[in-house]
Amino acid sequence: MVKIVRKQVLNPTVTLLEVEAPLIAKKARAGQFIIFRLDELGERIPLTIADYDRERGTVTIIFQKVGLSTRLLSELEEGDTILDFVGPLGLPTELPEGARRVCVIGGGVGCAIAYPQAKALYGTGVAVDVIAGFRSRDIVILEKEFQAVSDRFYLMTDDGSCGEKGLVTNKLQALIDDGADYDAVIAIGPIPMMKFVCRTTEPYGIKTIVSLNPLMIDGTGMCGCCRVTVGGKVRFACVDGPDFDGHQVDFDELMNRNAVYRDQEAEEREESRHACRLDQLGRSLIR
Amino acid sequence: MPNMSPTRVRAEEQDPLVRNRNFQEVSLGYTRDQAIEEARRCLDCKNRPCVAGCPVNVRIPEFIAKVAAGDFRAAYEIISDTNALPCVSGRVCPQENQCEERCVRGIKGEAVAIGRLERFVADWYLKHGKTQPEKPASNGTKVAVVGSGPAGLTCASDLAKKGYQVTVFEAFHTAGGVLVYGIPEFRLPKAIVQSEVDRLEALGVELRTDVVVGRTITIDELMEDGYRAVFVGSGAGLPMFMGIPGESLAGVYSANEYLTRVNLMKAYLPDHDTPLRRSKSVAVVGGGNVAMDAARCAKRMGAEKVYLLYRRDEEEMPARREEVNHAKEEEIDFRLLCNPVRILGNENGQVCQIECVRMRLQAPDESGRRAPKEVVGSNFFLPVDTVIMALGTSPNPLIRSTTPGLETNQKGCLLVDEDTMRTTREGIYAGGDAVTGAATVILAMGAGKKAAQAMDDYLSGEKS
Repeated sequence: MVKIVRKQVLNPTVTLLEVEAPLIAKKARAGQFIIFRLDELGERIPLTIADYDRERGTVTIIFQKVGLSTRLLSELEEGDTILDFVGPLGLPTELPEGARRVCVIGGGVGCAIAYPQAKALYGTGVAVDVIAGFRSRDIVILEKEFQAVSDRFYLMTDDGSCGEKGLVTNKLQALIDDGADYDAVIAIGPIPMMKFVCRTTEPYGIKTIVSLNPLMIDGTGMCGCCRVTVGGKVRFACVDGPDFDGHQVDFDELMNRNAVYRDQEAEEREESRHACRLDQLGRSLIR
Repeated sequence: MPNMSPTRVRAEEQDPLVRNRNFQEVSLGYTRDQAIEEARRCLDCKNRPCVAGCPVNVRIPEFIAKVAAGDFRAAYEIISDTNALPCVSGRVCPQENQCEERCVRGIKGEAVAIGRLERFVADWYLKHGKTQPEKPASNGTKVAVVGSGPAGLTCASDLAKKGYQVTVFEAFHTAGGVLVYGIPEFRLPKAIVQSEVDRLEALGVELRTDVVVGRTITIDELMEDGYRAVFVGSGAGLPMFMGIPGESLAGVYSANEYLTRVNLMKAYLPDHDTPLRRSKSVAVVGGGNVAMDAARCAKRMGAEKVYLLYRRDEEEMPARREEVNHAKEEEIDFRLLCNPVRILGNENGQVCQIECVRMRLQAPDESGRRAPKEVVGSNFFLPVDTVIMALGTSPNPLIRSTTPGLETNQKGCLLVDEDTMRTTREGIYAGGDAVTGAATVILAMGAGKKAAQAMDDYLSGEKS
């Protein structure tokens, strides 16, 4: 059981929670994740660690409301507790040896995971460029934080309401064309974004690391739910990842597998709208 | 005068076509009178062949004599003296290959139903006789157990009884390992597992869930924290797949994932959040107990059709006979000598068919097993929306990759000395599936027991 010590609503769908988890804070490194379970009825849901404070013994997660569990999590307040909170899981991010110039790319809520990458690299003698992409101005997160941990920071929006208009791949291409000469790119965001970042870097042979977010249950190498195909081989994101060489990842397969319960859950939401209101009320009271 | 009936007393079971729609226990177990009647079939042999067949050496004729005399509490004390999980082993042990296989009554007739008697005694105790075990005096020595499955629980129990200060570290949110995530409710009710765990805690064992050894904390850090010896019972690992096209389609599960969703995460209860496909037609691939569990769960989750695909014939199936029979009674459609070659998906990337080929068994090879061979041109299709692969597992890399000096075999199983279960590192012991690869609950319990003894010897020697 962990206690929430800080809550910050970053935008209408994205929430930050800082929780007391000293054992995890002591060990966490950029790229690793935790699994939470809200209560006795809850699912086990993986979330990448957005930040950690070893002295305070806290771990920060930033997440988007995408399903039942993340919605319920976003409704918790400071002082509330989360029943289960396990980690740090997965392998920390490993940069190619001797990398001197790195571009960190975040898309949407993926910026929450890109941030610790930039933070870990900045100030270690590595030149860090950050490209953060959002749909529009109202959902921009972590702008100041990114500025503090990057040599050059580029904010992109799809509609141009903030920063430059365009996709992160447009900016990446422009920087490469300008002779940025990156040793590595770290891309974290929606699957299509990661896929197209990889397509952009592939012709130049720039090592591109992506952080994958397959469905997961145990997160410790037991159930096999999180399997992904990398370089034609079955790999398990929970123990072999979650970072992989983006040029080897079968993104289409991952997207398909992640959608396995989408229709069913949409149907269930539809059904539950018709379900007895009292029943729902009772459940939320129990929770 | 013993009961000389050649057949054992039958235990009531739920009707197959009723039980394949619910998760309640299949076998209802013996009544008091049935247990006494069956116990009277035991001849109390002098050389006790049954005890030699038991991996944890339960003093079988002694406890059965107490059952025959109606002294169930005394029977329980005899069993629990050497068996940390009597409620569990009475249900899931393959007794027919162990104690019961060696029973003299089995020569002319049916062996004494030792497993059912053990279950009866353990259930009786839970219901009527339960007293909290006395907490042994502490000897002040801290030991750690990694994993709370059958090996870890047994090791922890034996060490606690000897006075050690035992902490069990469990990665999941619930203790029990495969007993809670793998074996379904209808074979082993989870309340029973919990009661065994409670008993352990009453012995003074500290249980810490949500700690992943190898990630949250390493074995070396545990030793720095003052744990003088560590037992690794971290269980089997990653599921294996066939490597055929279509295995990554939506709707293909490993048995581990399917069973975890159903059992541990309780997808069969409507108020739990973990989703599971609403399957209508399911193919389970494999012939072991895990395959039987997955098939029977799929049926109970509402599938109209459940196929069990196995590439050899029934004789060669590694699953327990009882599980095979139960599955058949529950209308699992066995397709033997049949091997999948491809899984096909629809336009949405969802499983819609499985292509199989018929197999033929060849003459026995050196190991005596008859290798299956494809019958060319015999391919056929089954319409399914879900495929569950129950093909076994390969060891989990978490502990071996974070503990320098722990050696493994080529498969990745931890290497141990067979007499003491000591690994290649001083003070670190291991047992269960982490050492053997996928095996049985009772073998894991036996390994936990052996290791506890060796750890005690090691730590006592260290002190003197």
